[in-house]
Amino acid sequence: MNALLANPAYAILAIPAGTAVLLALLPGYRLTARLNVAASFATLLAALALFFVPRAAPGPYLLVDDLNIVFVVLNTFVGFTAAYFSASYIGHEMETGKLTAASLRFYHAMYQLMMFGMNLALLSNNIGLMWVAIEIATLTTVLMVGIYRTHAALEAAWKYFILGSVGIALALFGTILVYLAAQPVLGEGAASMIWTNLLSRAAEFDPAILNLAFVFLLLGYGTKVGLAPLHAWLPDAHAEGPTPISAVLSGLLLNVALYAVLRFKMLIATHPDAIAPGPLMVGMGLLSLIFAAFMLYRRRDIKRLFAYSSIEHMGIIVFAFGMGGPLANFAGLLHMVMHSLTKSAIFYSVGHVAQIKGTQQIDGIRGLTQSHPALGWGLALGVLAIAGMPPFGVFMSEFLIVTSTFAREPLLALLLVFGLLVAFGALILRLAGFIFGEPTGKVGPAEASLAPLYAHLALVLAAGIFLPGPVVAWFRAVAALLG
Amino acid sequence: MDRIAFDIAHLLAGGLVLVSFMMIYQERLTALLNVFAMHAVVLALSVSWQAHIQHAPHLYVTAAIALVFKAMIIPGALHRIIRRMGIHREVETVVGVGLTMLAGMGLVAMSIVLMLRLTEAADTFAREDLAFALSVVLLGLLMMVTRRNAVSQVVGFMSLENGLILAATGAKGMPLVVEISVAFSVLIAFIVIGVFLFRIRERFDTIDLGALEEYRGENQ
Repeated sequence: MNALLANPAYAILAIPAGTAVLLALLPGYRLTARLNVAASFATLLAALALFFVPRAAPGPYLLVDDLNIVFVVLNTFVGFTAAYFSASYIGHEMETGKLTAASLRFYHAMYQLMMFGMNLALLSNNIGLMWVAIEIATLTTVLMVGIYRTHAALEAAWKYFILGSVGIALALFGTILVYLAAQPVLGEGAASMIWTNLLSRAAEFDPAILNLAFVFLLLGYGTKVGLAPLHAWLPDAHAEGPTPISAVLSGLLLNVALYAVLRFKMLIATHPDAIAPGPLMVGMGLLSLIFAAFMLYRRRDIKRLFAYSSIEHMGIIVFAFGMGGPLANFAGLLHMVMHSLTKSAIFYSVGHVAQIKGTQQIDGIRGLTQSHPALGWGLALGVLAIAGMPPFGVFMSEFLIVTSTFAREPLLALLLVFGLLVAFGALILRLAGFIFGEPTGKVGPAEASLAPLYAHLALVLAAGIFLPGPVVAWFRAVAALLG
Repeated sequence: MDRIAFDIAHLLAGGLVLVSFMMIYQERLTALLNVFAMHAVVLALSVSWQAHIQHAPHLYVTAAIALVFKAMIIPGALHRIIRRMGIHREVETVVGVGLTMLAGMGLVAMSIVLMLRLTEAADTFAREDLAFALSVVLLGLLMMVTRRNAVSQVVGFMSLENGLILAATGAKGMPLVVEISVAFSVLIAFIVIGVFLFRIRERFDTIDLGALEEYRGENQ
């Protein structure tokens, strides 16, 4: 117990793990849904405590530094709001009979297990442990994507499973190669898998093995980030699973995989003779952005549309980190946070809309602002934000990325702007009728929980108007860390 | 490492590549499962040989997992599944066996050239072991790409994973190998349960994934 209090990192891991066991045993969905929310909130509090409690020295398994605190706090925050949203969403699914009590118990246990996996991946100081943790997170999300047991859900889960496993397998091969590169310098055994050790001595490793390792790691974890051409699982998994899971996938799991890529990028970047990781990431990022932007035009399913939008934004973020340098890293980090908040907010509103209308087809839904003003306007604001309109935070981060790129590589910046404009047009074109116009379809009453939606939007808006000094300083420090 | 120990390790790792090739041209599911069981046995032998020459007793656990779980339980479970689904006699038309074999040879050549050239700094055994391991991984991927049947895809994935275990045991003194092999076993168990519990056949009428791909979620 003392250890739990002394180091919040233990609590961040122990709360979800313990709750997962408890949720698997407890009956009754109302109780478990509340417990799920409470546990997620407790985890968030533990994550916030990381700011105040003096940090423990990096151990053989866990590490807390400036970089992962940002990820952990974001992770637990969205994890909490998604759990809150999930409680009302799931209640509706129970009433309509889409989910049974047994599958709900399973769902809640898996939710906490997934949070445990993601937090462990973010806090781990051991590259092997990180791999295992990302695998746990993948497995649990696969099971949740398939939870409706419909034709489409099973196919989506299978596709996600196969592609995710291949990605994870390639990442493990890369991890083994990193160990092999480190072993002559750091000696055999656990010492050669501890990230802080690796980072301090990376310059002495064999560059050829490191290069090969990075290619495998980028392809492997890149599959999980959803980078084109390895993104095929992402739209299906987002569209067919329960909406809280779509929100968590987009807002969090992609970030966790991105975090793994960033850690290894930092490692490679310290070696003078290794390949520059930047151009590879810039290339994959741009490809994802432009590809996804064009794919947005032909979507008919609303959740699939936003899944492609996630690919687009992950492309932008990877592009920014690939460019590197203090400003681009800062912008990439900001964009990552803004995208997580905005995209999960959008999924919160889309989830309720799909429940009210009984369909996810864009053509079947019109005039949301008239039939359901609170929900419709929330979605409208979310879409404007994600499309990159001022004064939202996404605009600011995209603006920073574009200007910092213009200063260094004008040609790349043109491609970037092109992709952004194409995506902007697609989102407005596809969704104008969806949100405005004469309402069609079912206009049942909305039993929506709007608090998470508007809380996220308010944060995104606030970040777009004014970023507090300490946050800026923090992000700057992290950006400098990323090199 | 003395000469004979080195040669035996090589023989076993090379054997794994050979069995991977054998899997590529198996047309009957039952035969494929039997060859996969052999793949797991060769892996178990290879891992226990590594445990012996590296004096790493924990690797025996990994070998035991490979032997019991992957050579017996999983193939047994899959045999039962395909019998229940009534597809155990089915002959899967493997597209262009000759072409796939050629592609496989190309992949093996590529991985050997790539690994041997890039890993000159590592010790001799580890780099040659890695070259074999990468070959097994790529052959497993090739199998997953060329097969359309869900069970064959699972088998392809498991052979890919065997390649990873080979790589992990070849990297001398690598920690967490046992944990990783346990994690992978859990993963595979989930896939097999997925095939079984979700009753893909019941839902899709066929286990042929070709029939599933019409659905894109865009045409309800």
